[in-house]
Order: sequence, then C-alpha cells, then structure tokens
Amino acid sequence: MSTNSFCTYDTAWCPGCGNFSILECLNKALEELNKDPYEVLMVAGIGQAAKTPQYISANSFCGLHGRALPAAVAAKIANEKLTVIVDTGDGDSYGEGGNHFIHNIRRNVDITHFVHDNQIYGLTKGQASPTSAEGQVTDVQPTGNINTPLNPVLLAIAAGGGFVAKAFSGDKEHLISIMKQAILYNGYALVDILQPCVSFNKVNTFSYYSKRVYRLDDGYDASDKAAAMQKAMEYGDRIPIGVIYQEQKRTFHEKNKVLSGGVPLIDKPADLSTVQRLADEFI
Amino acid sequence: MYNILIGGAAGQGIETTASILEKLLKKSGYNVFTTRDFMSRVRGGHNFSLIRFGTEIVTSHSDRLDGIIALNDETVELHKDKLKDTGFILCDSKLTTADERAIKIDMDAMAKALGNPRVSGSIAVGVILKLFGEQLDHVREIIRTFVKEEYLEINLKAVAEGYDSVEKRFPHLEGKFGDWMILSGSKALALGAIAAGLKFYSAYPMSPATPVMEYLAEKGDESGLVVEQAEDEIAAINMAIGASFAGARAMTGTSGGGFCLMVEALGLSGMAEIPLVAVDVQRPGPTTGLPTRTEQSDLKFVISASQGEFPRMVIALRNHKDSFYQTIRAFELAEKYQIPVILLSDQYLGDASGTVEPFDFSLIKHNQPVSTDVADGEYLRYRFTEDGISPRLIPGKTKNFVAADSDEHDERGWITESGDMRIQMMDKRMKKLEKLKEELQEPEFLGDEACDTLLLGWGSVYGSIAEAVKLLNSTQNGTYGALVFGDIYPLPQKLLKEKALSAKHIINIEQNATGQLADLIREQTGITCTGSILKYDGRQISGEEIVEKIQKGVLS
Repeated sequence: MSTNSFCTYDTAWCPGCGNFSILECLNKALEELNKDPYEVLMVAGIGQAAKTPQYISANSFCGLHGRALPAAVAAKIANEKLTVIVDTGDGDSYGEGGNHFIHNIRRNVDITHFVHDNQIYGLTKGQASPTSAEGQVTDVQPTGNINTPLNPVLLAIAAGGGFVAKAFSGDKEHLISIMKQAILYNGYALVDILQPCVSFNKVNTFSYYSKRVYRLDDGYDASDKAAAMQKAMEYGDRIPIGVIYQEQKRTFHEKNKVLSGGVPLIDKPADLSTVQRLADEFI
Repeated sequence: MYNILIGGAAGQGIETTASILEKLLKKSGYNVFTTRDFMSRVRGGHNFSLIRFGTEIVTSHSDRLDGIIALNDETVELHKDKLKDTGFILCDSKLTTADERAIKIDMDAMAKALGNPRVSGSIAVGVILKLFGEQLDHVREIIRTFVKEEYLEINLKAVAEGYDSVEKRFPHLEGKFGDWMILSGSKALALGAIAAGLKFYSAYPMSPATPVMEYLAEKGDESGLVVEQAEDEIAAINMAIGASFAGARAMTGTSGGGFCLMVEALGLSGMAEIPLVAVDVQRPGPTTGLPTRTEQSDLKFVISASQGEFPRMVIALRNHKDSFYQTIRAFELAEKYQIPVILLSDQYLGDASGTVEPFDFSLIKHNQPVSTDVADGEYLRYRFTEDGISPRLIPGKTKNFVAADSDEHDERGWITESGDMRIQMMDKRMKKLEKLKEELQEPEFLGDEACDTLLLGWGSVYGSIAEAVKLLNSTQNGTYGALVFGDIYPLPQKLLKEKALSAKHIINIEQNATGQLADLIREQTGITCTGSILKYDGRQISGEEIVEKIQKGVLS
C-alpha cells in the first residue's frame, strides 16, 4: 500500500447500503487531500455506520455508543497532528450522544464529524431514530412515530457551529467535495449525510432522495446565518445539499493557552522544576 | 498537643482564618492537621474547622478542644461541651455567652476603627498567636499569599492589635516541622498527578472532588496540562480515555454519583486496554446523599462497577503522603498494565490539611515511554504475550495502525465473534492481574506485633486508627495492632492472613453501614471479623471514639 492510499476491508453491511458509497467517498476525499493514513484517526461509537473505522486503513477508535465525540476531541487535544474524523450514525450522534453533540459544537475542536443519517436504527433492526419522520411506522412505533424529528443542521447552526453541511450518499462527486471542505475546515465541521437504509427504512429510499435533493448553487451565501437557518429548515419536496453555513471561528486549540503554541500536547517535555516550584508553595 | 475550633456561618471567613493559622503554626515548627466540616450552602448555616497541632506527627482530628474561635453564638452552644476546663472561647464582645472561659474582645469595633470590618479575622489570628506564645515572624510572608497587596498593611495592623490585646496562655512547643509542607489531600493528589506527567484532566464539578479540578486548573498553564470541564461525567471519562489512547497521561475525577455515570467507560478502559486513572472522592450516598460530608461506602461499587469482567486496580488513599505518591504509582500501573486504576479518597482526607515531609521528586520515573517493541512481523495492538501485556503504540507516532475496540476483538483490534478468540482475549486480559498481584503493597501494620486484637481499616481512617492503637496500647489493657489497607483491589492477603492467625479479636473499622472491607476480606480469604465499628453519619471517626467503642465492648 502506498503511503496515501486508503483501502477498504471486508464489511458486514447489507448489500445496497448507503454506507458503501460514503466509505468510498471518504477514501477518495482522504486520498485527494494527500492524507497520510498513519496520521488519520477514525473514531466512532456503536451502530452500523459506526463500523466504518473498522473498514478503512487508518488508526481506529471504536468506543461506546454515543461517546465518539468526547473521545475524538480529547485525542485531537492530545495530538493536534492527527486528522481526527468521527464517522458514525444518527442514533450514535444525535440520540445517545446528543449532549456531546451540542457541547462539542461549543468546544470547536478541529475535528470532522460525518453522520450517516438514514433516519432509522439499523444495528438494532429498525426502530425510530431522532431524525425519523413523524408518523413513520416501526416495530417499536407500530402506530407511527409521534415525536418531532430533530433537525441536526438547524441545531448545529443555532448552537454556534462554524461549518455545517448536508450531503447525499447518492451524489458521490458532491459528497467527496463536501467531505474535503469539511476536513480542511479549521474547527468542528458537521456533515449530515442523507443515506437510504435498504433494510429498515422504506420511506426515505434512494429514489425518495434522488427526486428531492438539489445542490446549492454558486450564488448561495453560506456566511449569512439567518438565511442559512432558513435554508436548514427547507425539507420536503426539495432538500438542499451543500455547505449550509460557514464561518471562521477560533478553535479550541487557538483559545487554550497550553495548546496555542502549536506543539502537540504529547510532545511537550516533562518539567520537574515546575512541579518542584509548585510543591515549594506548600512549605 | 493543642486543638482549636473555628466556627461560624458560611461566608464569615472561617476557611481563610483557618488556612492562615494552620500555615503560621506549621511555619513555627508544629505538625498541623486541619479538618473541615461544612454544610452544603454558600451563606449561613454552621461550618467549622478544627486545627490540631503538636510536636509529633498529627494523623487525625480530636474532639477535645483547647480553644474555640466563635464567630457567632451558635458556635459556642454547639461546641462548648467539648472544651476543656482550661480552654478558652475567643469571641467578639457582642456575643451573648456568659461562659466563664470566654475571652471577649471588641474585634468588630477594632476592625472598623482600623478602616475595614473584614479584618476582624486577622485580629483573631493575632489573639491566637499570642495565646499560644507564638512570635509574629512569619505573619507578613503568609498573609501576603492570602490578601491583595493593597490590603496587606491593614491586615498586619489587625494581627498586631489582636496580638497586643491578650496575654500569653499556653507555652510554645518546639517542633521540627517548619520546613515540611502543609496541604490538603486533594491538592496532594493533584500535585502527584502533575508530577506523574498528567497532560489532560477532564471532569464535571462535584463535591467533594472539585478541589482536585480547581488546583489543576489553577496550575494547568504553567504545568503544560489541559483541564477541561466536561458536559457530564460520561463525557469526562470518555475524554480522558480518548486523550490516553492518543498518548497523553490522562485522569478524570468525581464523587460517587458522578462515578455512577462513568461505569460503562470504565469497562471501555479495561476492554480496549487504554490506561486510565479515575479518582472517586467519596461522600455519603446513595444518590445526592450528604454532598459535603464524608463516607467510605463506594468500595464494593468501584471494585465491581461496569458490566462484564476485566482487570482493574483500586487504591485507597490513607493520608496526604499516599495522596501524592500513590497517585504517581496509579499512573505507572495504569500504563504498565493498560488498565483502569481507581483512586479512592473521601471528603475527610480530600479537604483536610496535613503536614508532610517535602515530596521526593527523585523517585519519580517521569513519563515512562510507551512500549516501542512491536515484535516481529505485523504490528498487533492486542498481540498475545506471556504476561498478557500487548505492545501499545501511539497513533500518529508510528507507521503502524493503532486500533481500539469496545467489541470483542482479535489481535489486530477488529471485531470478532469467534468463541475461541473470545476465550483467548478474556484470558489475555485477566492474565495481567497475575503479574499485577506480584507487586501489590501489603497493608501498613501499626501497633504491637504480638497483638491480641487486630483492627482492620482502609483509606482515610488510617489516621484515627493509628491514634487509637497508640492510646489502647498505653492503657495496658490488652495488646493492639492494626492493618490499614491502601492497595485494596486486588486484595493483598499475605500480611492479613499472618496477623489474623494469631489475633483473638479482629475488628473492622469503616465509615460505612455494612462493613464493606470485612465483606471483601471474608469473600477473598474466609477470614471473619469478630466485631465491627461502623460510622455513617457523614462525620469521620476519631481515635478517641474508636478507643471508647472498644472499651465499651465491641470485643464480645
């Protein structure tokens, strides 16, 4: 394997799953950005999408359900040279991990967060996810989901996210471009990726999305926050994909005194004279 | 040995006065031990600090008082019964007490005359120094560390006025501890972590663990470590694990309630074999319990917390020295065995100030490098080895891929559902305990080697047990010894079995309602305690209380 080629291992996904094209696009994006696989850390929690780190030749951290973000931001804090990518599902990111989602937007550590948003729980075989449509029937919601679906893009913009995008697994060329922008963005970048689940979601299918999604055109101004929030609410007959909102903000590393010097935390030399001085304060 | 109490309502400056006094008394040569008893409120209520000082090492508090500094009438009412006949009650003239031991001084009026009512605490400091025959040598240097420069002179004047307002009452005793350190258990723990090369600390505020985070945050910039206040304890521990995976020495800390939220990730540290130090500064539970008080009731919880089975180590901190050195050791063991190591402290130890010999930094193996031995051929993060310890590399620092997985996995770190692999991986992880058991530290033995009665304790009751054993052996009524556990899980058994064999009575002394150490000992060794002293009112047992209970007949 050459240094910057990312290969895919055998997977345990259903044939026809949107995860395949997302993984393919991710490999492509990393290769086109000339990323060294040994400096890439893929992080996930638990779920079907969360198996992605197991299927790509890079460092991998498959932690607990919902807890990918805390582990990922801390790894980046420890070693800023790592390209840290959280690649996982809507249940992991917005359900079990909802609290971490909100607060890591505020933290703004320079990581990338790809959410395979298939609006359904796949690994546990087809229950409603936080983004499932109202009325969607599942084994656990037999009379239809009565809860309002979460709009993660709108939430991320409202919480202060500096890079918030939406993409579709069926438009690979566009997805690769969005992924590259998200990885290059200096700060926390969210890409909510619409994706069909061939086994459990009979509503939001490939053709459902294909008929509705449209790319934002060059005239769209992603720096206008109020307009971006309007755009984020556009969901129905037409679904916009692209960078919905972008703004440059100071990152966690830039704001933190210890990290702002540019030396990775793990490379800072030990200094026993400081400890000795601290101890002397107690005499 | 002397013992004074400073009491009043929250917000009256008890903590500052106690902190200044303890430092001045230590500078003058005394060994000082200060305990802090406070309510879960910011203003009002009744709080007090006990400052005990003498010329030999003071290991715990005492309930017999030589003096009370009463900032309100309630303090006099609550504590006067514990005051010796020769003792004094220092208070403002406004207080209504008619107790003949009272020394009433117009401290508030004097402070106002000096130009700032807030310096009355410094007047009290001056009075105390004079009563105990102290000089004013160190006052300037100490007070300077507590007040802003512009308030220094007025406070020094206040101390001098207090000093001149009374006559000396107790003789100054010549101690040798002027050059020792005085610090709280939580600060000793935090300093130990910094000395061990801590780079990342994540926590959510919770009493009584917050002082650890506060100290690390205060010293973080100069020590080159990042302190992050997490959104919850689940995030806190997962962050610490993520940072550790990426090569930073990492720690998280909380009290029992927060630890409840951390348990799933504790298992992640065990399963993915990522070093982690987790601190539990215990307080009475269950649930919110008594937030600002003390207990030792999380032992059985932390030794079994999280689903499934994985190797872990639990170290109970007995005193301030332990808080420093055992924290360093916790990092070394966590890294060597790639396991979670849990440090059990409690409110009593965490908030109490103790006097300790200056820490010896030459003993510290700083930032032990992670193994670079990847063996021949393909790098396997979870390679099977003789002792179960696999080569751990740091992602990004090697041309190998480093994996971590909470699923059962193979040697590469990939998901597996193979039954054979499952057994091999479980055995590999559990095998690490065998080697760990070889380097366990036996409990500390105190008292008479040929004891009839063996007292057993763990963690912070060390100080009170040490004092009780001394008192009991001086009564010539039986012979007493004690074993106090620091390393507690896995349980070191050698010395316990040896001492239990010859003892007629074995009594466990614990700050909990069910005798958790006694249970653990019985489960692991079959040794049964013949009596027990259990205290769970949120207040630490004293040496005198232990003696009293034993004399009243726990030995039956």
